[in-house]
Amino acid sequence: MKFKVAILGTGNIGTDLLIKISRSPYLQCTLFAGRNLSSKGMLKAMSLGITLSDRGIDAILENPECCDLVFDATSASSHKIHAPILKQLNKIVIDLTPAKLGLFTIPAVNLDEALKYDNLNMITCGGQASIPIAYAISKVVSSIEYIELVSTIASKSAGPGTRANIDEYIETTEKALSHFTGAQNVKVIINLNPAQPSIDMNTTIYLKINNPDMDLISSEIKKMVVIIQSYVPGYFLALEPVYDNGLVILSIKVQGLGDYLPKYAGNLDIINSAAIALAEEFAKNKEVCL
Amino acid sequence: MIHKINLYDVTLRDGSHAISHQLSISQVDEYTKAIDTTGVYAIEVGHGNGLGASSVLVGQSQLSDEILIKTAKNNLQHTKLGIHVIPGFATIKKDIEKALSWGVDIVRVASHCTEADITERHLGYVREKGKEAYGLLMMSHMASPEILLDEAIKMQTYGAEAIVILDSAGSYLPDDVKARITLLSQNLNVPVGFHAHNNLGLGISNSLVAIEAGAQIIDGATKGFGAGAGNAQMEVLAAVLQKMNYKTNVDLYRLLDVADLVEKDLIKEPITISSLSIVSAIAGVFSGFSKHVKRIAKEFNVDPRDIFMELGKQKVVAGQEDTIIDIALKLQKRI
Repeated sequence: MKFKVAILGTGNIGTDLLIKISRSPYLQCTLFAGRNLSSKGMLKAMSLGITLSDRGIDAILENPECCDLVFDATSASSHKIHAPILKQLNKIVIDLTPAKLGLFTIPAVNLDEALKYDNLNMITCGGQASIPIAYAISKVVSSIEYIELVSTIASKSAGPGTRANIDEYIETTEKALSHFTGAQNVKVIINLNPAQPSIDMNTTIYLKINNPDMDLISSEIKKMVVIIQSYVPGYFLALEPVYDNGLVILSIKVQGLGDYLPKYAGNLDIINSAAIALAEEFAKNKEVCL
Repeated sequence: MIHKINLYDVTLRDGSHAISHQLSISQVDEYTKAIDTTGVYAIEVGHGNGLGASSVLVGQSQLSDEILIKTAKNNLQHTKLGIHVIPGFATIKKDIEKALSWGVDIVRVASHCTEADITERHLGYVREKGKEAYGLLMMSHMASPEILLDEAIKMQTYGAEAIVILDSAGSYLPDDVKARITLLSQNLNVPVGFHAHNNLGLGISNSLVAIEAGAQIIDGATKGFGAGAGNAQMEVLAAVLQKMNYKTNVDLYRLLDVADLVEKDLIKEPITISSLSIVSAIAGVFSGFSKHVKRIAKEFNVDPRDIFMELGKQKVVAGQEDTIIDIALKLQKRI
């Protein structure tokens, strides 16, 4: 039997998750809940024959047996209300908002640790793309003086929620970057680019490292890229690490799978693919327990 | 119609680009003391990309935002103090909140010309705190007049008390300015402003076109001290406006004295229209890229003009300076 999951929030993130889940051998979406039955996401879910509700979290409260795990794709402020309720109901929660309540989780880095928690925060799209690389480098150098992340995403891939939460995006990504790498001095920048055709998501990582062993760094990066590609197929190294002006510089690009939004929305794809990789791990773990 | 023009001085902000964000305390101190007596409406200070923008991507400031703002504020009794804010670089909590506590009067919240909705919370916050909030549309040559108006209306709805369009690449022809400023000033309820760059030698004349089309705020820089080929040279603009009988409140002699001071103490090499600035205008690329393109082209031994043309082809926006090195590497491999 598949692991039963519910999705809260029917915007771009929630709807894309739904499509990805419908392909999963481990997960089954048993509830798609939002506020408006005629939203674009709801109509898509209806066409897939999913159980819908416009009562948000109340739909889970009224029928707690409907699911074992909940993806929260609403907003940071809504998640703060949802989190205690879902804890009471003993649900595992994967939080895709920048609420920062749960454990920062990156499947390529701390999947085993995550399985011990019941509220997992997926950080941000830029965080999922870049932090595992910075983490891999931090493991093989003595210290990193400074890290800077610059992400550029296609305008069309940024919905109203993303746009309104641009400050939270920066704050959450910076906090998680420090958490995973131990570097205290970090900065995160994000740009929206409206060029047509839409550009792929790009993240450039700058690391201030004294006398870096570039061969070692390159090989660690390449190993990490392979791990991430196992759950985000469109993830690739676009600029191989170079050493310039005292900085190790590299760029990542992410192409999406083209599920709900077109392929340029790699930002949407990477955070959702990471969330699903995590949920599948919970599902596999549960099978073992049974 | 002859209306009053507010001159907005960006010398200590846009000029930061020209010296890789290395303003010193004494330069800020001297300049703000002098400008306060000229009648210029407001002066902006900061990193070239604004508050919270010091970074390896666009260049690290010698001075912190706090020192820049406090030094300037200390000398200003008459001229208002403004800052430039780009959401994506600066946040309310990390940057704007503090800047307001240091005495900033005007916050100009800027976005790429088609992305006004990322300024909603920042504009709202500034209004809530009772300070002047402007909405700025950067790289405005990349949007049609109609789209620019839609974006300007959004900013007006969010609380912007003026809308300024920036010719960040210095690529406007006079008719481009006329079409956009006319449409905006006829359809907005708040004053419209224009920010020129001089890449094609049109900084002053495009500013005049903007005024004739209804603009009430004009950005300028003393000696043209700004990114790339610089901005509309403010003391020239003041003289032209005086000759044309526009009211600016500016004492021309005093402003000319400030210009002499800048020439002596602020500028290491005069701002000219370099060949590369002409190429960057033709390519339609943000003027702030110029120093980075020059450095990286030299390092990778490629033609900086080729980099600019490729940047233009990729339609990069301000903040995508990370693209330069990628392009340089690809050009190098092609050779």
